[in-house]
Amino acid sequence: MRETFIDTTTAILDEDPRTALVVADISAASFTAARRRHPDRVFNVGIREQLMAGVGGGLALTGMRPYLHSYAPFLIDRAYEQIKLDLGHQETGAVLVSIGASYDAAAEGYTHQSPGDVALLDTLDGWTVHVPGHRDEVAALLRAAARHDDRVYVRLSTQENAHAYPDAGGLRVLRRGGPLVVAVGPMLDPVLEATLGMDVTVAYTNTPRPLDTDGLRALVEGEVVVVEPYLAGTSAHPVGQALNGLPHRALHLGVGRAEVRRYGDWRDHARAHGLDPAGLRRSISGFLL
Amino acid sequence: MHMKLLSRVTADVKHTPSAHSTLDVLWVLYDRVLRITPETVDAPDRDRFLLSKGHGPAAYYAVLAAKGFIPEEWLDDMGGWNSPLGHHPDRVLIPGVEIGTGSLGHGLGLAVGTALGLRAQGFLDTRTFVLLGDAELDEGSNHEAIAYAAAIRLPITAIVIDNRSATHGWPGGIPVRFPNWSVSVVNGRDHDQIERALRVVSDRPHLVVASV
Repeated sequence: MRETFIDTTTAILDEDPRTALVVADISAASFTAARRRHPDRVFNVGIREQLMAGVGGGLALTGMRPYLHSYAPFLIDRAYEQIKLDLGHQETGAVLVSIGASYDAAAEGYTHQSPGDVALLDTLDGWTVHVPGHRDEVAALLRAAARHDDRVYVRLSTQENAHAYPDAGGLRVLRRGGPLVVAVGPMLDPVLEATLGMDVTVAYTNTPRPLDTDGLRALVEGEVVVVEPYLAGTSAHPVGQALNGLPHRALHLGVGRAEVRRYGDWRDHARAHGLDPAGLRRSISGFLL
Repeated sequence: MHMKLLSRVTADVKHTPSAHSTLDVLWVLYDRVLRITPETVDAPDRDRFLLSKGHGPAAYYAVLAAKGFIPEEWLDDMGGWNSPLGHHPDRVLIPGVEIGTGSLGHGLGLAVGTALGLRAQGFLDTRTFVLLGDAELDEGSNHEAIAYAAAIRLPITAIVIDNRSATHGWPGGIPVRFPNWSVSVVNGRDHDQIERALRVVSDRPHLVVASV
């Protein structure tokens, strides 16, 4: 997904003079050619993430469309107040593109992981959040974001599904059956494997914000399981709002709050958080019994 | 004129040093330097003035009223439920205000982005100014912007109002915190000195320390 981001953003910069890119050393080398072609619109501020967000806000104030990029914990967690004030409070927007997700950087440790990024953006108004599940979903999301001035977050990950579903902005039903299981982004394949042989409906989305509330209301018949690749329960509030007035039971699965002080790779951390197929099967079947 | 307006806006709030420390610099900016009028607040090539130090904005509001950006009547109810004027300025509510501030350490980064955006769009004669307080420099975010602006030789002008209000001071002075910037140190009450310093345009960022 990172390569798709680099190729697509490089092309967008070539095609649309309103766009700009701001990075803070991360991935800077991959944009060397773009920087050479557009020195007035491609910036590497060094290891300065607060400034990256501030520069994005300033560019947007002049009418440009800035793309900002870093590891999720540096892009979102570290610069949270700049995102809140330099973008939201100024009524400007930007396209924030992160890599690393919840535990792609498993061996780097917790400092390089951001299970809380989507929850942090949920405290703010007006953010669209894309969590693509496959590299072939990334380009269209990035291109669409160039055509307006709203606030957009694109959360890229190493983990991805076998197939792309480019039309999964809303809930896209992939399996029809009983209770609804919603899989966000790269959680789709583990969910499909975990629920093999179970009488469930599986729906997929790569755009959890705004949540497809109409789709959710149409699909829920009493029970819903939401599986997200970031902090467990992040979507509990919007799901509860969407189902307001409908009697239902809900199970929210995702990354645990407790820090896993182990290294390994993303598969190890998925297992530790119960987000591998076996763990998901245990949780989902226990809930639906 | 603007002194009378300042008393009007500060009539029922405590006179704080921060409300008055900026008055002369703001007046010189709007009266002699900035290419902006109430008619050009949305012109893409207008000069930009970003008040980073959103604290004590009475002087800012008084100058905006004196120059016709906002009605004088607005000054009577600062901070009121029905007033567009808060104790920190909001760009969405006040014509001519470029950024909403209050939390310190945001204006300089926004100014760097603003100047880069203007340059990318070919507005090469448009100038970008940002005003900070000496205590505001405590915020580390400023130093990210100070270093980067110098590294890329971005010709913005930062004004630091120095009323020695930083809790731990700046031993050695403020200019040494702005390496590779050009520097003017002026009496922050002397309008001609202030104007000369603000008119400096070079091939790198410029710092004006206005001591009050």
